[in-house]
Amino acid sequence: MTPRMPSRALITASAAVLTLTLAACGSSGRTAGGGSGDGTLAWALTQGSEATFRASATEWNKAHPDSEITYQYFQNDPYKQKLRTAVGAGNGPVLFENWGGGGLKSYVDAGKVADLTPDLDASPEWKNRIFPSVLKSATFDGKVYGVPVNGVQPVVLYYSKELLEQVGAQPPKTWDDLLALVKKLKAEGVAPISMGGASKWPDLMWLEYLVDRVGGPETFANIAAGKKGAWSDPAVLKAAQMIKQLVDAGGFAKGFTSVSADTGQAEAQLYTGKAAMILQGSWGYGTISTGSPKFVSEGHLGWTGFPAVTGGKGDATNIVGNTANFFSLSGQASAKERKTAVSYLKDGVYNDTYVDNLLKNGDVPPVKDLDTRLKATDNADWTTYVYHLARDAKSFQLSWDQALTPELGNELLTHLDQLFLGQISPEQFCAQMDKAATK
Amino acid sequence: MALPALLLFALFALVPMAIVVYLSFTRWDGLGSPAWAGTDNWRTALTSDVTRHALWLTAKMMVFSWVVQTPISLLLGVFVSGKQRYRALLAVFYFVPLLISTAAIAVIFKNLLDPNFGLGAALDLPILGQDWLGDPQLAFYAAVFVIAWQFVPFHTLLYQAGARQIPASLYEAASIDGAGRLKQFWHITLPQLRYTIVTSSTLMVVGSLTYFDLVFVLTGGGPGYATRILPLDMYITGFQSNQMGLASAISVVLVLAGLLLSLALLRFSGFNRMRSQQAGM
Repeated sequence: MTPRMPSRALITASAAVLTLTLAACGSSGRTAGGGSGDGTLAWALTQGSEATFRASATEWNKAHPDSEITYQYFQNDPYKQKLRTAVGAGNGPVLFENWGGGGLKSYVDAGKVADLTPDLDASPEWKNRIFPSVLKSATFDGKVYGVPVNGVQPVVLYYSKELLEQVGAQPPKTWDDLLALVKKLKAEGVAPISMGGASKWPDLMWLEYLVDRVGGPETFANIAAGKKGAWSDPAVLKAAQMIKQLVDAGGFAKGFTSVSADTGQAEAQLYTGKAAMILQGSWGYGTISTGSPKFVSEGHLGWTGFPAVTGGKGDATNIVGNTANFFSLSGQASAKERKTAVSYLKDGVYNDTYVDNLLKNGDVPPVKDLDTRLKATDNADWTTYVYHLARDAKSFQLSWDQALTPELGNELLTHLDQLFLGQISPEQFCAQMDKAATK
Repeated sequence: MALPALLLFALFALVPMAIVVYLSFTRWDGLGSPAWAGTDNWRTALTSDVTRHALWLTAKMMVFSWVVQTPISLLLGVFVSGKQRYRALLAVFYFVPLLISTAAIAVIFKNLLDPNFGLGAALDLPILGQDWLGDPQLAFYAAVFVIAWQFVPFHTLLYQAGARQIPASLYEAASIDGAGRLKQFWHITLPQLRYTIVTSSTLMVVGSLTYFDLVFVLTGGGPGYATRILPLDMYITGFQSNQMGLASAISVVLVLAGLLLSLALLRFSGFNRMRSQQAGM
């Protein structure tokens, strides 16, 4: 026996559901910050600087009860997609954390981000306290679309003092030193360099540094500008050949293509004594000191800049990495939201408490005149090193996967992976990237 | 009565699918508005080496999954449907993979297969210490293995249910006629399980088009292009490269492939003419 349902009621109900769903989909118009209650909404990442953001919002809101800042936090990878979908649908937050470069530029091109240049120009003390090399990552056509909110993240070469002493070697100063060291370490049965090759982006750090050391920053400037044949520049080819040379020499620890960088296993190889060196962003320090506090406190961890390349055009002080994370302002923010957001970025970010909170976290902000404060931190030698590295760098190259469009960045990572695997030759790598760039 | 269901189906299945078809003819980065691109995406999708390779890998994955999983599930299913003493105990342990989420399985195996800290290094067994997920030759088969580990229990369950339906009288008659275990399996169990085989194979083959989560977490499609199967290619194109138009074209290819496969399986297996097992035994 089938129970008879009141079909009219059902139809009405489903019609109601349908209307509601459609209404929800079709809610158009400007809703930046909408639906989250009071305050100007900011989206940020859970990793890294969340504690600093939290503290800063509490402090700000206490002092400015009529123009509050509300934070929402997200995990790294889902965040990228959520942000894109929300902003694309006109539901984005007023302030959002981003990495600058090509990713931010696509938002700028779509007219979703506000130009901050007039605000920065109006208060020179705000603009002048930030390292210009960092601000450049969020500057397009001379207009600034984001301001840094956390620490600089240059890529440095970490090494185990123990293992280097064991083979009687110094940290490498030049590329030839590095190759000689690889030979020495291998002879002693120590894996020279660990790398999270499964995540692909650690491969990129080698290419970025080598291209810069061989050809100088102009080489990538041409690539970023989309110049025809820029990927076949002799400097890029040379860098790719040097990578092949290092891989063929057994420079990277066994199985590096299956080590994921997200789980900290590459760093673990260093502090467990399985590998002698690792090229990693400044966040690697945090990963290592969390993974093995003893390794750091007992002074086994050493760090140095990327080796110089003899005869290369690039200055040995040049660095690559993530300049910093930025906050950008939604192009659809109301006048009031905009006012709150700008005054928060100006006075709430990088003020004294904020900077102290960052430093406590091991984050070194790209703010001028920090030396005395750095000396007061627990890990002063490390924070001072990073600070000077970023301050004195002739060029600070934003990671290419961030600097390029996401499309080209992705192709780059895959082709580079193939180069490291030996599936394609350096010549093929250059040719394939040139082809991908003209698409 | 069917109206509400049809409305919901239209709203949540047909309308999105129509939108995807529309998007496949546009250029869209997920931000601004989609711009008409004509057949550009389709030309790219059908001619690009990456997508063709992904299609090939998907087909290969399908065949290997079937070849690996079917015999194991069939034999295990028939075994656990019997009356052996420790069968129940085995069944309990055996079905554990069914309870674990795919992402967790992928993370577990990623760690087990790690060449430096994984099983091989821990037990000091060089044969286990291969660079399973980092070697382009091995990564694909490692993925096939992990997928089998995850799905064999489910198919075993199907075969167990199927084998339990076979009337005991058939086996009694056979043993009176002097047929051994092997003969009984060959002449009774297998033919009686034919519809279960079809069901299980259909699920396996069509399901292999959707192996996304496991491979994504396990290898992310790498090393190189070694495990970039079609669903992964679609995801990477759409959500990492932000080429929504091209990704839409790839996803339409995926839908069509699934549809064609199901239809072909129905036709060749005679599943749609399936007779009642009760009457015609």
